[in-house]
Amino acid sequence: MNNINIISEFKEKASLVSAVIHEADTIEDSFRIAISLCKKNFIIASPQLDNSNLPLLEKLCIENGITLLKENLRKYTNGIDMGITFADFGIAETGTIVVSSDSEDKRLSTMISEIHVALLYKSNIRATALDMADELSALTSRPSSYTAFITGPSRTADIERVLAIGVHGPIALHVIIIAA
Amino acid sequence: MEKLETIKDYKNRIDNALENQFLRSAMDKFAIAYRESRKNAFAGIDTDTLIAEVAEIKRNAIKNNDKLFEEFKSVAQKNGVHVHLAATANEANEIISKIAKDTGSQKIIKSKSMTAEEIHLNKWLENEGLKVTETDLGEWIVQLRHEGPSHMVMPAIHLSRFQVAELFSGVTGKEQDAEIERLVKVARKELREKFVEADMGITGANFVIADTGTIGLVTNEGNARLVTTLPKVHVVLAGIDKLLPTIKDALTIAKVLPRNATGQKLTSYVTWITGPSEYLGDNSVNYPSQSSMSALSPESTFNKREMHIVLLDNGRRKIASDPDFSQILQCVRCGACANVCPVYRMVGGHTLGYIYIGAIGLITTYFFHGAKNAKNLVQNCTNCGACKAVCAAGIDLPRLIKEVHTKIQDEHGHPLKSLMLGKVLRDRKMFHTLLRIASVAQKPFITTQNISDKDSSPKRVSAEEPLYLRHLPLIFFKEHNFRTLPAITKVPFRDRWKSVKANTKQLKETNKKSLKIGIFSGCVQDFVYPEQLEAGLKVIQRLSSNFNTDNYNEHNNKQLNITLEFPMDQSCCGLPALMMGEKDAAADVAVQNVNAFSEYELDYIVTLCASCASHLKHAVPKLVNNTVAKDFADKVIPFSQFVNQVLSYEKQHIKKFDNNNLPLKYNKITWHSPCHLCRGLGIKDDPKQLIKATGNTFVQAKEEETCCGFGGSFSANFPAISREILNRKLDDVENTGADLLVTECPGCVMQLRGGALNQNRKFKVVHLAELLSVKS
Ligand code: SF4
Ligand code: SF4
Repeated sequence: MNNINIISEFKEKASLVSAVIHEADTIEDSFRIAISLCKKNFIIASPQLDNSNLPLLEKLCIENGITLLKENLRKYTNGIDMGITFADFGIAETGTIVVSSDSEDKRLSTMISEIHVALLYKSNIRATALDMADELSALTSRPSSYTAFITGPSRTADIERVLAIGVHGPIALHVIIIAA
Repeated sequence: MEKLETIKDYKNRIDNALENQFLRSAMDKFAIAYRESRKNAFAGIDTDTLIAEVAEIKRNAIKNNDKLFEEFKSVAQKNGVHVHLAATANEANEIISKIAKDTGSQKIIKSKSMTAEEIHLNKWLENEGLKVTETDLGEWIVQLRHEGPSHMVMPAIHLSRFQVAELFSGVTGKEQDAEIERLVKVARKELREKFVEADMGITGANFVIADTGTIGLVTNEGNARLVTTLPKVHVVLAGIDKLLPTIKDALTIAKVLPRNATGQKLTSYVTWITGPSEYLGDNSVNYPSQSSMSALSPESTFNKREMHIVLLDNGRRKIASDPDFSQILQCVRCGACANVCPVYRMVGGHTLGYIYIGAIGLITTYFFHGAKNAKNLVQNCTNCGACKAVCAAGIDLPRLIKEVHTKIQDEHGHPLKSLMLGKVLRDRKMFHTLLRIASVAQKPFITTQNISDKDSSPKRVSAEEPLYLRHLPLIFFKEHNFRTLPAITKVPFRDRWKSVKANTKQLKETNKKSLKIGIFSGCVQDFVYPEQLEAGLKVIQRLSSNFNTDNYNEHNNKQLNITLEFPMDQSCCGLPALMMGEKDAAADVAVQNVNAFSEYELDYIVTLCASCASHLKHAVPKLVNNTVAKDFADKVIPFSQFVNQVLSYEKQHIKKFDNNNLPLKYNKITWHSPCHLCRGLGIKDDPKQLIKATGNTFVQAKEEETCCGFGGSFSANFPAISREILNRKLDDVENTGADLLVTECPGCVMQLRGGALNQNRKFKVVHLAELLSVKS
């Protein structure tokens, strides 16, 4: 499968499991998209952004009246409105994102947020999980690592097999594919 | 001591389940929806190859289990994990409660784990005064109801939204609407508090990966992620059968698991955890715990949770060393073998499993929970093979169910009924004498009249020929009256054979290709439906004498010269003995049959009974492990395949239809595929091609491959379930609008015709041979 096909398959499969796909040219664009999904007074979390990206997001948050958390998410287990994280890989076959979330704050930002926004570089989308077994093995072989495959928002069909979204995890998953 | 459930208690539970209307309709909807979603989920994937790959991965992992354990242990320990090996269920319970004690944990949250159910972990921990909360929605619901799960993947599938609403109203102390979205939110809110408060989290593991010391968790709700993130202590409980060499193996299994379980391509979450992850919470629980006892350096445990992995043996190592049963450890717990099981569909999981549900549960209950919990359960199987056909790990489930049945009887005594059956079947002469006596003894109970115009049972040798049992002799109970049972014939096929053979033109032209055919009748056709055999032979003869008349160009353009043989020493195929757990008797009968046919130098052994065919082909060479038996089995061919492929019925006939010579007798014909034909022998198209070649209109029933509920002794043991499976089947047939139902097994005819007559259904039921024998 060529690259273009892989990316369109990723978009198609992710949409099928109720993930919302966006596309951005740059990181800055992707932040703008994420912020556009917020309402005023949202509390959002984006732990582990590095110094090159953090100021961008901070600026946008201030402009829009949004509170940005960077750590201590454990204090917010009642829930936050949005978590923004990078995803390490995308898997086209199933519309899955792979998020290595070794840090507790990063992990929690993908769990206790109502909306999870994942930023994914186009070049990191692979065709199938089996195709990237070596990369996954490297990722998961690190001691104390916590690697999550996330395919759509949290769901259950435990009552009468009726699908309901958002049991213990996010109610919505947005994936922003970044070109560069 | 727990009271032992008698077979009567068990049947009472079954009756209750059958009366539960919600359960019935929920199970039914699920059975139909599952089939469709599984098909979609596997679209574009070579399912058989993938399943074979999974089976191979698991088989090797089981073989190398000890090595994988050592490898895992050493890597995981290096990563800071405490690795425990528990020999028994109690040992595992003790280890886990000690971890709780040592870490000062009081409140425990769990994500779904069948292994924890297997060892009754919750009960144990609660007895120790600990507070345990299940966080998977379905598990939480059944926990609140003090029940076990009724499905391995969907624990609360037996409950309605109203029952859940009532339950949640009680928990929250406030009236809750029976609206599913809302109920899910209630659970989200209630359980979030439990996550935050918890000291310790317990999960299972779908994969335990040796080379990296990683565990893999496959979930949808996201609860396992919180269970492994919020509490200070994480305990993993997994069977040693979950060990795999690499993540690649796990990814291959993950490709099948959700697709087979719920028809999902992938679950919402698959989580890979390699050693204790970062923990930034309160350290007031003892830290590092007493149980750590390890030489872990302070840096390596700083800001890390405490992680334990308890690998459970509980008999698995012993199973692994058994050449036949080791394959049950290949199970990946997808639950599919319940999803497709006709019995599960009628009675649900609580009656078709002890802890583990469905076909695999019928087997593993014996190993994990003892003969006392397995002995009734293991009989509750029609031997339809639907489970085997979907098993994610390629396990030969129906056969192993019978093996367990035999094992339990060998260890704990054979019931008189099955002993007698074994004894009688072993002695062909005695068996046949008894059948002849029964044919006389049934006199007060029989009728020689056709029951209705839908009665497709032809009059036999004379007007006095008994047709049906008018009412059942008193030894049977009322519950068997759901179908009209046929009477035993006055003149069995073996007594008719001489004249049948005499009427056969045995052309001996040297330029013809010769085929020597042996007929295997099976007991039902020999003693109950000899007319089916007569019809079949008529078809064979007609086709062979026609063979060259259409200039048909196969067999090197030679005409066909068929010689028919009916070895008189043949007996019952032996399947009924196996079904009753009498394996030794089945083996004895198999030898007798192999010997009966061996002297004839046959080209084919044709049988008109799909169950006999499948048993002779697959079970006999296993029961009689020699080349003669293998040779015998290789020659066995079911009627439809023989007629269509060897005698080219379809091609001969299609030529005729070109001449508009259509013998349209029926409006529409539909087909019931006997389990042992479509799954047992993989024959799906031949019979339908034959039906179409008669020129009649064929309509396909939606569930043509679903079991009819006969299953030999199954319908005698569990008449209520058999009746319900049959009703569903008859509805499905009636929905096609067909006026004729054709099948290829005398057992199915007995069940389907008996039900159709009893309920005055709108269609007749015949054996395929009877349809084809009507000259076109
Ligand atoms: S053989 Fe049929 S009845 Fe028996 S367990 Fe398997 S699916 Fe159920
Ligand atoms: S036995 Fe096969 S079908 Fe049944 S749960 Fe195990 S893997 Fe799935």
